[in-house]
Amino acid sequence: MSKIVVRNVTKVFGKPKTAMKLLKEGESKQEILKRTGATVGVNQASFEVKAGEIFVIMGLSGSGKSTLVRMLNRLIEPTAGEIYVDGEEIVKMNKEQLINLRRKKISMVFQKFALLPHRTVLENTEYGLEIQGIDKQARQDQAMNALKLVGLEGYEQQYPSQLSGGMQQRVGLARALANDADILLMDEAFSALDPLIRKDMQDELLDLQSTMKKTIVFITHDLDEALRIGDRIALMKDGVIVQVGTPEEILMNPSNDYVERFVEDVDLSKVLTAGHVMKRAESISIDKGPRVALQTMKELGISSIYVVDKKKTLLGAITASEAKDALERNEGLSSILHDNVSTVLPDTILTDLFEQVSTAVIPVAVVDEKKRLLGILVRGAVIGALAGRTEEWKLVQTTRTEVASGQSELPDMPLGSAQEVN
Amino acid sequence: MENWLPKLPIADWVDVLVNWLTINLGAAFDGITSVLEAVVDGLVAGFEYIPSYVFMILLTLLAWKVSNKGMALFTLIGLFLIDNLGYWDPMLETLALVLTAVIISILLGVPIGIWASQKQAVRQIITPVLDFMQTMPAFVYLIPAIFFFNIGVVPGVVASVIFAMPPTIRLTILGIQQVPADIIEATEAFGSTTRQKLVKVQLPLAMPTIMAGINQSIMLALSMVVISSMVGAPGLGADVYRAVTQIQIGKGFEAGLAIVVIAIVLDRITQNIGKNKRQRGVM
Repeated sequence: MSKIVVRNVTKVFGKPKTAMKLLKEGESKQEILKRTGATVGVNQASFEVKAGEIFVIMGLSGSGKSTLVRMLNRLIEPTAGEIYVDGEEIVKMNKEQLINLRRKKISMVFQKFALLPHRTVLENTEYGLEIQGIDKQARQDQAMNALKLVGLEGYEQQYPSQLSGGMQQRVGLARALANDADILLMDEAFSALDPLIRKDMQDELLDLQSTMKKTIVFITHDLDEALRIGDRIALMKDGVIVQVGTPEEILMNPSNDYVERFVEDVDLSKVLTAGHVMKRAESISIDKGPRVALQTMKELGISSIYVVDKKKTLLGAITASEAKDALERNEGLSSILHDNVSTVLPDTILTDLFEQVSTAVIPVAVVDEKKRLLGILVRGAVIGALAGRTEEWKLVQTTRTEVASGQSELPDMPLGSAQEVN
Repeated sequence: MENWLPKLPIADWVDVLVNWLTINLGAAFDGITSVLEAVVDGLVAGFEYIPSYVFMILLTLLAWKVSNKGMALFTLIGLFLIDNLGYWDPMLETLALVLTAVIISILLGVPIGIWASQKQAVRQIITPVLDFMQTMPAFVYLIPAIFFFNIGVVPGVVASVIFAMPPTIRLTILGIQQVPADIIEATEAFGSTTRQKLVKVQLPLAMPTIMAGINQSIMLALSMVVISSMVGAPGLGADVYRAVTQIQIGKGFEAGLAIVVIAIVLDRITQNIGKNKRQRGVM
């Protein structure tokens, strides 16, 4: 179920009526500014955020992303449109309901931290609970838990001005977590931090998210950040959402020139993973003999092959010449098995694969946590994906599905590999 | 021009208004007069009850606590000088007058400032009124003050309040408006009511600015003591006034010096109360 539903939300600063009419006639933001002097902040934006996902709204400054996120808790009143949170229309809420929504359901982290300078870290963290009238002991316990989550134990009696930027934003995050709202709005939360700290904070957010499963709406102007943390990304330009999709969709199928230009400089090696570029894995079951193995390799024109058990668990690899020796000595495959083959997990990003792929004698195996063989990494496909060839990537994607289905239906079919012999 | 537009009878209007007020609101003014008189007299009686050396030591310790050793030393020497010159009792009367005026300025000024900071319309009305209060020569409203409040300390207090209150109001408005917008936004995002926002965030953050306003009010109230003495308020101002009218230059200087000492002591003490602990470097 969608946690947040946004329908045709529009914000016009100044002269809302005339501007709204022109917007409906399809006039552009620039044209409206010229004719009426009104600024269109957000123009008929529609999207849905699923429970438990990190939804990134990204765009350059002035694209309306901060305005859009502020309408989700009505720090800015929408000029038109509907916003539903858990099915409740929040634009129609009265003051009391709105305060309740902000206290219980939606909390927010700000770009410039916005901590209260006259309060200690602990007092800042408990602010959201304090205004709800929760008694001191309970709210301090809850605030301490939140501080523990963000790694600020021991700093609770310090003042914000005594902390570094990264730590101040941790306080901001703890304050937002303390009142245990399901929805977290993060407005350029890491943009004011220097790059290394920013990356740490992103990692930590992902880490926290894996256990907390909040619904997060994250605003950023940094595409790398969007790709790193977003489950889905909405791209904004001039107040309009130009594309919504997963990071892969945005990168590989930009919906228009603007998105394309936006993403063309992205370093794909930091976005694509082993799972994206792997080829179908060919393997042979351990209970087959060397003769079958040799035959398979011959048919496929390859010199080595992976060996798996009945559950598709990777055991190792054998080479054609050793299989021949084994056949002569009349031994099974296990006697010639190399079990020290290099493997990677499917979500390893390409940057971290280069060395392994380039030095491996046989293609690197992609396995899941249970060591089941998912696919193999062929040098050519890795390089092809990095060159950004869409067709290549789509091919890979199809192959992936085949691997997945092959795994369950044909567990021990001895298949040859299309691998390039090393 | 004179032909088609006769001179506007503003002077007549004011005279009529003052007469009307004196007659119709006489009881109210009498009430205010007796309350203020009681407050000032009470303060003077309280101050005089304390032996002068105890008073000196108390103020010295206060100066030491909120400021530094140098200021404490200055306070001690300054107060000793006032006592030595024989201006101790007039000094206490002046202190009572100033304190009363400042307390009233705070009690009225801070709430008005808060109100004006929240409402644009109030701000628009109050700004010209404050300009009027600060620039209209004090003698002009001193005379009607005599009608309303008789001769004595009370018209002095009222004139001081009129002249001294504007900085408290202005700086309360300024202090609240100066709270950074992103902090206000955060406060609202967590579901604060208007009242919670004011009490827990805006006022604490505006406090140094509000205290600067109060400090300015104290200084302005002190600057009014000589003018107040013209309508019969006792204290150092009366001594200066008497010395000036009798051309006793030396005596006038002594009394004036006493006012300066009190001004510096009050200024330094209140200035430092305004700064919070961290700004003072305690934490």
